[in-house]
Amino acid sequence: MQFKDYYQVMGVARDATEAQIKQAYRRLARKYHPDVSKEKDAEARFKDLGEAYEVLKSAEKRAAYDQLGAGPRPGENFKPPPDWGSGFEFTGEGPHPGSAGGADYSDFFESLFGGAAAGARRGGRRGSRATDDDRGEDHHAKVLLDLDATLQGGSRQMTLRVPEIDADGRLVSRERTLNVQVPKGILPGQTIRLAGQGSAAAAGGKPGDLYIEVEFQPHPLYKLDGRDLYLELPVAPWEAALGATVKTPTPSGIVELKIPSGSHAGSKLRLKSRGLPAATPGDLYVVLQIALPAAGDEKSKDAYRAMAAALPFNPRLSLGV
Amino acid sequence: MRTLEEGPLSGEIFEEHTVLSVDDLCRLCSVERTYIVELVDEGVLRATQVDARGSRFPGAALRRARIALRLQRDLEINLPGVALALELMEELERLRGELRVGGR
Repeated sequence: MQFKDYYQVMGVARDATEAQIKQAYRRLARKYHPDVSKEKDAEARFKDLGEAYEVLKSAEKRAAYDQLGAGPRPGENFKPPPDWGSGFEFTGEGPHPGSAGGADYSDFFESLFGGAAAGARRGGRRGSRATDDDRGEDHHAKVLLDLDATLQGGSRQMTLRVPEIDADGRLVSRERTLNVQVPKGILPGQTIRLAGQGSAAAAGGKPGDLYIEVEFQPHPLYKLDGRDLYLELPVAPWEAALGATVKTPTPSGIVELKIPSGSHAGSKLRLKSRGLPAATPGDLYVVLQIALPAAGDEKSKDAYRAMAAALPFNPRLSLGV
Repeated sequence: MRTLEEGPLSGEIFEEHTVLSVDDLCRLCSVERTYIVELVDEGVLRATQVDARGSRFPGAALRRARIALRLQRDLEINLPGVALALELMEELERLRGELRVGGR
């Protein structure tokens, strides 16, 4: 088990006051909240932060944690001392805010403070359910998919962490790998509902459902805007000026695209219904980029010189120079 | 423990096939009715239809309600603050989208 330096996680000194700890928590919680942050490791950082705050905000837990002193360094192998916990009573203050009902504490935390078992169920208005029947609990998860999953459909393996009660009545989290058919045309932020894939129910009840929210990794070619796709297509100056028919990739395969004469950098060509599939599918916008051939040898330099001589062209006319 | 289950499992796009009642939202978010009513009063959730059986919300309301709950719980902000944060996050997302496709 790895030792966690909660002071380092919160970026405060070991003698920080309660107020300083609270301030640090508030500031970092806003920065790393998974709903707000675009940082890659936001979820893990937020979890660590919640755990650190859970310990440092409580005088009892903090005193006990401080007793471990500067023994092992962060990341070093750690075992709680045999007399750990004597003289301290960790009263149930409920799990830290970031945890999913307390299932998500690190092993380090649980070895010291007992984890979810020590905390009461989340209090406040979330405590009681409005229509509690014998149905199993719904589960919610978030996955990051490739854009092809929504463009082409098809199944993807998804590994989710699911909270479960083990044989000893402890809340543990289990890894579950599912093979899921991704509905074609699903948008980022939308949810796949898998009926009956949540928690099993008490005898006689229906199992809960599994809700999987999807996000997409950036695609090497296409950018998504609503249901529309954008593709940057490099063309030669003469293709843009004179018009041409060029090959262009689309999600459904390579097509021949007609570039109208007089096109310029940033010209947008719309390929209808080649965006995200739907009843009204999105479009694919091809945005032209002018790619200049290198003037590497004398022959190409001559070509540029000939163009300069033949064309009375001032690209900076609009700047008044 | 790692288990690979049979598959592939087929689901539906929740947002496109669902109309939610207040009770549905309560159950799916594990909150009481009064909380959903507060979200509506604050303009965080908007009913698309109100009939004899009550208000109906689009499926996308579920994600919004869950984000609102998390922000409120984790960052200890009040409801007007949550409503403001959600609006700013949406604006940010729109601007990021424009940047992605080259600032049209």
